Amino acid sequence: MRVNPRFIDKIVKLGLNAQAFFTVGILIVIVATICFKGFPYINFEFVFSSPEDMGRRGGIFPSIIGTILLVMLSILLATPLGVGTAIYLTEYTKESRFTKIIRFGVESLAGIPSILYGLFGFIFFVIKLKMGWSLLAGVLTITIMILPTIIRTSEEAIKSVPRNLRLVSYSLSATKWETVTKVVIPSAAPGILTGVMLSIGRAVGETAAVIFTMGSSLRFPASLMDSGRTMAVHFYILAREGISMEKAYATSLILVLSILLVNIIAYYIMNRVISKYS
Amino acid sequence: MEIKIQIEKLKISFGNIEVLKGVSINVYKNRITGFMGPAGSGKSTLISAVNRMIDYEENVKIEGKIYIDDIDVINDDIEGVSLRRQIGTVFAVPIPLPRSVYDNIAYGPRLKGITEKSKLDIIVEDSLKKAFLWGEMKDRLNISALKLSGGQQQRLCLARSLALKPEIILLDEPCSGLDPISTAKIEDALSGLKNEYTIILVSNNTKQIARISDYSAFFYMGEMIEYGTTEKIFTNPSEKRTEDYLSGKFG
Repeated sequence: MRVNPRFIDKIVKLGLNAQAFFTVGILIVIVATICFKGFPYINFEFVFSSPEDMGRRGGIFPSIIGTILLVMLSILLATPLGVGTAIYLTEYTKESRFTKIIRFGVESLAGIPSILYGLFGFIFFVIKLKMGWSLLAGVLTITIMILPTIIRTSEEAIKSVPRNLRLVSYSLSATKWETVTKVVIPSAAPGILTGVMLSIGRAVGETAAVIFTMGSSLRFPASLMDSGRTMAVHFYILAREGISMEKAYATSLILVLSILLVNIIAYYIMNRVISKYS
Repeated sequence: MEIKIQIEKLKISFGNIEVLKGVSINVYKNRITGFMGPAGSGKSTLISAVNRMIDYEENVKIEGKIYIDDIDVINDDIEGVSLRRQIGTVFAVPIPLPRSVYDNIAYGPRLKGITEKSKLDIIVEDSLKKAFLWGEMKDRLNISALKLSGGQQQRLCLARSLALKPEIILLDEPCSGLDPISTAKIEDALSGLKNEYTIILVSNNTKQIARISDYSAFFYMGEMIEYGTTEKIFTNPSEKRTEDYLSGKFG
């Protein structure tokens, strides 16, 4: 018996719709739960004061600062390193055994669970290099952790810049470096930024690697050598140790909102770049 | 007549495939020289050796000499970058850089270190006028070059290569994707430019070569079959193959 192809078409469409709704639905349920449970406890004091009594009372200001410092410094370190590596791999070498090894290494690193990065950071930075639990050890560990993502996305973005644009640049007497900085990078910027955004997301939400290296002290991280606690870690400890579910939800809501804010800023920057180079 | 480019026994191969089999030709100053021939005849490869853009290809082997004003650009120690300040190139498809019309034309001069707005303004206006594009573009200098029509884009590319104030302009089938009106505009522009520049025009369009070039060379399978004044080549070719090509028997 032959099934009417139009009927199959309808079924497929229905199925795909259901899948899309399911995915978005889960997201909505999660975000709505966080908003619903966290919103009543968010106020000026919660955002701008220090925690008291292990976080049962007071706010999360040191954790907000700790998160911003950790993420910002890691991104500032990892982006030039990662983009530089990607430029090297795409523009300055030919495909060889060596580049294949680098690429294989990068891909393997991207697949390692974050707790292993944490363990490595703990043994190497915290103990061996005697940094102790510190912002510095955290930043270096997170940098290594997000580097593969930035390298991979930057490489793909750079590869997708048409070869013709490079040739035109050379024909107008540009050197390789001038071509990379004036033509290739601007054209690849949206793709690179996507990788940076993914990395920010990973860094903001990271707990395991951070607890091992930056510690979980509730102090204000005033220097690179101070220990500190990010919002994600704070949330984890509050929830896990049953200290205060209210504060835990409120913290996670701030976390979600800050990621939203970063995304909005990133889209704004991206549109500026695109409108200049198009 | 003054010789601008002197090519001697130029052989080029990609891997094992010999694309040019020992070509010698003199290109005269302030004239338009047309290179024609069927696909695969080696004419585009030849001009990519002149501006050394061939350096960006892989597995290339070059033998022979190309003199530009007594400097052998193949064998003498010369940077491709400085060479291409003297040689403007227009490619077969218009390739505007993703930025404004103004910034496209200012790209080359800025690389040379010209940053003053007043100087750049003059260069941009001058280059656009020479490419017969100023009238259409003077009020739209800040729009994206990607928004122009194909014909306008190709004239923009011509203007962009003129902005470096080169002595030589190489055009690799510049009108292959253009409509007749756009083609006519490019041809008018080129005819006006030959007093100041030495121009090599690679084209599959023999009528175009006949219309605007002073000298013509016919290439076939990596060899130069015949070279002479355009009038001679088109009215009284000495080689049977040239005649067959021009009369459309193959190509």
